[in-house]
Amino acid sequence: MNAHAENIAQYNFAYLDEQTKRMIRRAILKAIAIPGYQVPFASREMPMPYGWGTGGVQVTASIIGPDDVLKVIDQGSDDTTNAVSIRAFFQKVAEVAVTTETGKASIIQTRHRIPEEPLKAGQVLVYQVPIPEPLRFLEPRETETRKMHALEEYGLMHVKLYEDIAQHGHIATTYAYPVKVEGRYVMDPSPTPKFDNPKMHMSAALQLFGAGREKRIYAIPPYTRVESLDFEDHPFEVQTFDQPCALCGGAGVYLDEVVLDDAGGRMFVCSDTDYCEKRQAEGHAGPTGSPGEGEVQ
Amino acid sequence: MDFEALAMEGGFARPVLEAQSAFRALMDALARPGTSMAGFPVPGPPAPLSPEAGAVALALCDPDTPIWLDAAMREENAVAAWLGFHTGAPIVAHAAEAHFAFVADPGDLIGLENFAQGSQDYPDRSATLVLQVASLEGGPALRLAGPGIETERAIAPRPLPRHFARQWEQNNARFPRGIDVLLVCREGLIGLPRTVRIHQQEG
Ligand SMILES: [Zn+2]
Repeated sequence: MNAHAENIAQYNFAYLDEQTKRMIRRAILKAIAIPGYQVPFASREMPMPYGWGTGGVQVTASIIGPDDVLKVIDQGSDDTTNAVSIRAFFQKVAEVAVTTETGKASIIQTRHRIPEEPLKAGQVLVYQVPIPEPLRFLEPRETETRKMHALEEYGLMHVKLYEDIAQHGHIATTYAYPVKVEGRYVMDPSPTPKFDNPKMHMSAALQLFGAGREKRIYAIPPYTRVESLDFEDHPFEVQTFDQPCALCGGAGVYLDEVVLDDAGGRMFVCSDTDYCEKRQAEGHAGPTGSPGEGEVQ
Repeated sequence: MDFEALAMEGGFARPVLEAQSAFRALMDALARPGTSMAGFPVPGPPAPLSPEAGAVALALCDPDTPIWLDAAMREENAVAAWLGFHTGAPIVAHAAEAHFAFVADPGDLIGLENFAQGSQDYPDRSATLVLQVASLEGGPALRLAGPGIETERAIAPRPLPRHFARQWEQNNARFPRGIDVLLVCREGLIGLPRTVRIHQQEG
């Protein structure tokens, strides 16, 4: 009897009903077994609009349990409206512990960034994906893109990147820069800066991608090869910054430009707020307030 | 009555949380092939369906996932009745129609190519085979490599389907089509996604 009552109470644990979770769980397992391949799933309406990461939320809701510790970031920050809302949602529907510390999270749901601190074995990174199909802008028809993936025909993608080079002298794509997973599927890494692409390669963590509106789930298992598409004479390069973070002095990390005043004062600071705060707490400091001269290349 | 009671009993004590916990073990097993996952909750299905295989069924199967049973499983009507009651999954006679296969006697299994392999367009439309092995140790030494494995991993489960290493090589050759395997026994659970490469050591 008690167990029965408990079951009713838990039926909507993490918001989704059990049948939906099972369906999403099966899709996640297929995604892990076929790295980079987009598994179709029957996306559910969530109590938040598309564009708020309903795909990532459904993936997180299907894997999360009472023992998990959840971190949610948006553009590297734990404090944006989107991140705060999603974190509060899971606190409410799954009564799960939350954290802002990358190292303490078992599940990290993210929009637009990969944390600077290297992820560990056992951690799961869940990406919110708006457009999962890397070939969509080149070929709008789903039947055609599916055929291209099936036949491993990615010539069109290389043509697009090469047109970039012809036009700009370098590959102009800086976000959602396409990758090839384990030498087979070309995959959209979601709108992360290409700065983060190398972090996906041979990561110790499991990476799951959820696209709610487009109803696709895909995955990169731990220790999987992830290569950014490039050309022999134009090798892939990440963005570099010619000065460290103004607050923590961090170098070799992704920086956001912050406008300080109307007079055009600005500075560059870590996009990963947890990383930046931790460094400051450790006593690191940057040239705070100095007018930023750096350019994002 | 006894038969019905048997079918209705032995589910998860706390279905929602235990299904989640069992699923995480499955997810980790497939994300880290060759690593044995243990300590997940198990139900009490009728023999020869093992508690660990039962956990897989309760975590993943429902009316949308036809199940195939091997001869040893089919011999006990209680197995199909239990799966039907607790998951609602239809039991199918043809291996090719199944999304999941539960196998009590892996050494006697029909060829892997008889199961759904998915299509080149939809390689996810493929079967997952749940093989109940006697032990995760003591069998022929297998070296594993591929996604989810940093360098290499060694396992020695027994018994396995006949000519398993060779059959698996053919499974690899069909990629992205192919089947995925879960090895289960009392010691735990090992995942073999279609991406894993298996080298059987000689002698
Ligand atoms: Zn900083």
